[in-house]
Amino acid sequence: MLRSRFLKNTILYVILLSGVIITIIPFLYMLSTSLKDQVYVFEIPPKFIPEEPTIQNYIVAWGAGNFRLYFLNSLIVAISTVVLVVLFSSMLAFVFARYRFPGKNILFYSLIMTLMIPVIVYIIPEFILIKKLYLLNSLIGLILIYTSSQLAMYTFLLKGFFAEIPKELEDAAKLDGCNMVRVYWQIMLPLAKPALATVCIFSFLNSWDEFVVALTMINDVNKRTLPIALAMFQGQYFTKWGLVFAASIIAIMPVIAVFIIFQRHFVRGITTSGLKG
Amino acid sequence: MSFYDWKIIGSSTFVGFRNYINAFNDPILNISWRNTIIYSIATVPGQMIFAITAAILLNQKIKGRIFFRTLYFLPVVTSWIVVSFIFIFLFNSQAGLINYILKDILHITRQYYAWLSNGKSALFVIALLGIWKGIGWSMVIFLAGLQSIPEELYEAARIDGASQARLFWKITIPLMRSTLVYVLVMLVIGSFQVFISVYIMTGGGPMHQTEVVLTWLYTNAFSYLRFGYGSAIAVIMTTFIFIITIMQIKLLSKPVEY
Repeated sequence: MLRSRFLKNTILYVILLSGVIITIIPFLYMLSTSLKDQVYVFEIPPKFIPEEPTIQNYIVAWGAGNFRLYFLNSLIVAISTVVLVVLFSSMLAFVFARYRFPGKNILFYSLIMTLMIPVIVYIIPEFILIKKLYLLNSLIGLILIYTSSQLAMYTFLLKGFFAEIPKELEDAAKLDGCNMVRVYWQIMLPLAKPALATVCIFSFLNSWDEFVVALTMINDVNKRTLPIALAMFQGQYFTKWGLVFAASIIAIMPVIAVFIIFQRHFVRGITTSGLKG
Repeated sequence: MSFYDWKIIGSSTFVGFRNYINAFNDPILNISWRNTIIYSIATVPGQMIFAITAAILLNQKIKGRIFFRTLYFLPVVTSWIVVSFIFIFLFNSQAGLINYILKDILHITRQYYAWLSNGKSALFVIALLGIWKGIGWSMVIFLAGLQSIPEELYEAARIDGASQARLFWKITIPLMRSTLVYVLVMLVIGSFQVFISVYIMTGGGPMHQTEVVLTWLYTNAFSYLRFGYGSAIAVIMTTFIFIITIMQIKLLSKPVEY
């Protein structure tokens, strides 16, 4: 019995570890290539541990063209989107969870319906709309689109959360003379902190990584965000993989950091609402 | 818009169903549909099988569950752009790791192969990336589903002498039904949205051989400025996704019986 258990566990770990290898090797290979001088990038046999590791690629990538500007653009867009999304989706969710009004269900379900439609499908009308608003080539345009396209998802998530908060708390507050705004601001929001954290994380990631909309709405070299910059960078330095990967790693660092620090929220967010990363 | 010959500047003319008729006679759009469906058929079961295996293994009482879960989830949070770069490099024809393993270590192939220069193998690599990147997401949802199955059910069945395989097919799968359907529906919708990996890895080339519906839509709209035609493709795509989703839900979600 003991032996068969040991055997079973060994097999289990072998399978799990081979999964880890398949998952992690591409990342390690990227990391090791980013630390190689161009001379060694295409060497055969490929080496995982660079012979003369150098951080030259990182220095060049960080200083190249407008890389720092793009990093800043991405940061501005992502943070503004997070703030707007948290504010508006929590307000919407609060109203949907707590109030009855005519047309509520139709409004809510039409909001949810938008979740099924891929972004690229409505990118043409969106492009024309943004053009008519004179917001092409502006970070404000991007922030508006990101906020509006993310609202439905997070309203849905927060509505579920708000609905579970006991109504008695609210009633007590109302007896003490709290109005709707204070109930929202001083009772619901503080209680919903874990859910709001989840919203912040996912909203940040989605905005940080968004590619298609940014590709379409931004032509101005100075307004690019990181994903666009990376794609252009790869087109420009096609075979300089060390450089491309160094830039990529700088770009994904914030995301990986956020993920590892907040991975509890991550898993909870996905399992309670089916958010897609 | 899909009923117009839409112009960005100047006036647009009404063309009735012309854009839709063109869409059904467009050979490249046909290739795109074929590729999108192949991608869907390859990646959806691929992701589900690996994900459920990983979820079942991680649901055992073992050490380092969080460690494994975190690592498996890493591709999910990495941007599509960056993982596409990694796969271009892994499969490149000069010294890609995959070519090296296949030729110099396993001796399966005779020479280094230019994976992304051939329509079929490029599509294979794109699908492989889709599976690799997606497993973690489904796994996390499956894991949550598995954890909600009461342990007593398994114990009772074991006392009755049920084998491990029977436990899986008679308890795990039926009780996971709604989770499975949910993941299936989401993955199918997701697979029809494949865009960035194709755009970055092949750009739909060579000769439109790896074009998928959304890349062709995008090229038509924003390279050829055929907004009306692009909108027609968008409308067809939305209708298609909608029908497929409804069908899956209708066919698969029977009420769970205990």
